[in-house]
Amino acid sequence: MAENISVDVSRLDGGGPPEPAPRTRNTCPSCNSHYREDEMVANLRVCTNCGHHFPVTARERIVQLADEGSFTEIARSLHSDDPLEFADSKPYPERLRVAERTTGLRDAAIAGSCEIGGTATALVVLDFSFLGGSMGSVVGEKVARAADLAVEQRLPLVSVSASGGARMQEGVLALMQMAKTVSAVDELREAGRPFVSVLVHPTTGGVAASYAALGDLIIAEPGALLSFSGPRVVKQTTGEDLPDDFGLAESNFRHGHVDLIVPRPELRDAVARSLALLTGGQPYRPPVLVGDLDPVGALTRAMSGMRRRISDMNPFRNGDAGDD
Amino acid sequence: MTTERFRRLRRRGDGEAWHAVQLARHQDRPYTLDYLARMCDDFLELHGDRAEGDDAAVVSGIGSFRGQTVAFVGHQKGRDLKQRTYRNFGMPSPEGYRKAMRVFAIAARLGFPVVTLIDTPGAAPGVRAEERGQSGAIARSQLTLMGLRVPVVACVIGEGSSGGALAFGIADRVLMQQNAIYTVISPEGCAAILWKDAGEARRAAAALRPTADACLALGVVDAIVPEPSGGAHRDHAKAAELLGDAIQIELDVLSSIPPPQRRAARRAKFRDMGAFVE
Repeated sequence: MAENISVDVSRLDGGGPPEPAPRTRNTCPSCNSHYREDEMVANLRVCTNCGHHFPVTARERIVQLADEGSFTEIARSLHSDDPLEFADSKPYPERLRVAERTTGLRDAAIAGSCEIGGTATALVVLDFSFLGGSMGSVVGEKVARAADLAVEQRLPLVSVSASGGARMQEGVLALMQMAKTVSAVDELREAGRPFVSVLVHPTTGGVAASYAALGDLIIAEPGALLSFSGPRVVKQTTGEDLPDDFGLAESNFRHGHVDLIVPRPELRDAVARSLALLTGGQPYRPPVLVGDLDPVGALTRAMSGMRRRISDMNPFRNGDAGDD
Repeated sequence: MTTERFRRLRRRGDGEAWHAVQLARHQDRPYTLDYLARMCDDFLELHGDRAEGDDAAVVSGIGSFRGQTVAFVGHQKGRDLKQRTYRNFGMPSPEGYRKAMRVFAIAARLGFPVVTLIDTPGAAPGVRAEERGQSGAIARSQLTLMGLRVPVVACVIGEGSSGGALAFGIADRVLMQQNAIYTVISPEGCAAILWKDAGEARRAAAALRPTADACLALGVVDAIVPEPSGGAHRDHAKAAELLGDAIQIELDVLSSIPPPQRRAARRAKFRDMGAFVE
């Protein structure tokens, strides 16, 4: 009723609001700002108008975090089997092929080693665009291998998780990937290697409740949904009224489940500082931009610093994985 | 090789999956406390996580089992409406996992083996459960079991559903009763997501292959515990005897292995799970 009236009023005013431009994946869902792809890359896929954090692929995340030319991928050839011969409306292998085609990845994670702010580290990054970042045998194995690498080479481990949870199509074997990654963290802890877990939107279910919850330090991006059960499931099963910030990073911070909430433009510096401190290295000093005396907020400064880094560098060695 | 065996098995019995789901959820099926009352000469239940409260969906305590003290932790369901509500349908809250971890720690310190009994439709969903750290509690429960220096035996005695079940599923030996199910998600949950219709649970169950035979073939469980003819609900005493025998065999073997080796083997066992192509 109220909506009808307001539409009528705007028409009386003559003309009314302009037709909204068609939404694209580079349209901000919270403020409707539009960005060109190159602007998105330069802004680290953060809306410069309202601060909304868009999703980031695993490759682009590595570009954002790793020092130039330092990333070497491991376990690149791993790909999923179909142990259950699982089929719903589509057979699982077909879903995998479509995901491979659309993302250029072989599964929902990239693992390797790199330097972040000068500290050598093992790194594993999940990719939500590949079957919702779901953890099947390949993702579990890559997380475990990144931890193995940290143990063998006495490195810290950094994980960046974005996942709907365990991959249903691999049945109980997907459930066991939680156990596999936990066993890898157990070894990491025994070897005395530090673990920084970065949680981005969304990290839920089996990933939220396994290795990703076990970081010595847990960093979240603002506004990320981080919960075991998603809001829809909670609402359906319990009929509860959910608070506006149900399961969000901010709510998790308030209840003591994350150490830091860090906006993406400051994430690299935050990880670099943590790694330097946790490995007992020299304190990390963020690069100072010469001539930058403009007293704007830290976020803007960090953003411009990141912009320069991003446009100038490729963290993948020999064009490894970064070229497509 | 396991995969080949599994595929043969699959062709044999698609219809068995739903039958197993129904038996695993049978309201007369023995629950954790039913087994403890029959398997232990004495059982002292311990309550509370020493921080927030006591979760009735998890039972934990110290029992005298065939001549030795054993720490038991299990999910607990209720039989009538009042009991079901009190036990929250066997769906643990974070304080349930924290209570369990407290008992794991006691066992490790005093040198008692740990036995877990798994029977849950999943961890409790809810605002309070999230606020009190459901994900972290499930992860830490797994990590605690993974690192215990005492023997750990787990058995799926009914519904082993999702992370809420796996939180108690890290063990040197994982057993599964003949008619129990072990699955990444309930068939209804899977159907709602993949078929957009919870009514397709039957098809989802067939696709998920949650039966004991399938889990054994996939290397997820080490042995299947037989049940009385017709299912555990037909004869609680017999079911408890068979379960007790199976647990005793495992504990006897495990107690002869040096603790560091046992722990390394436990870790390696889970590290090796999965199916991928390199």
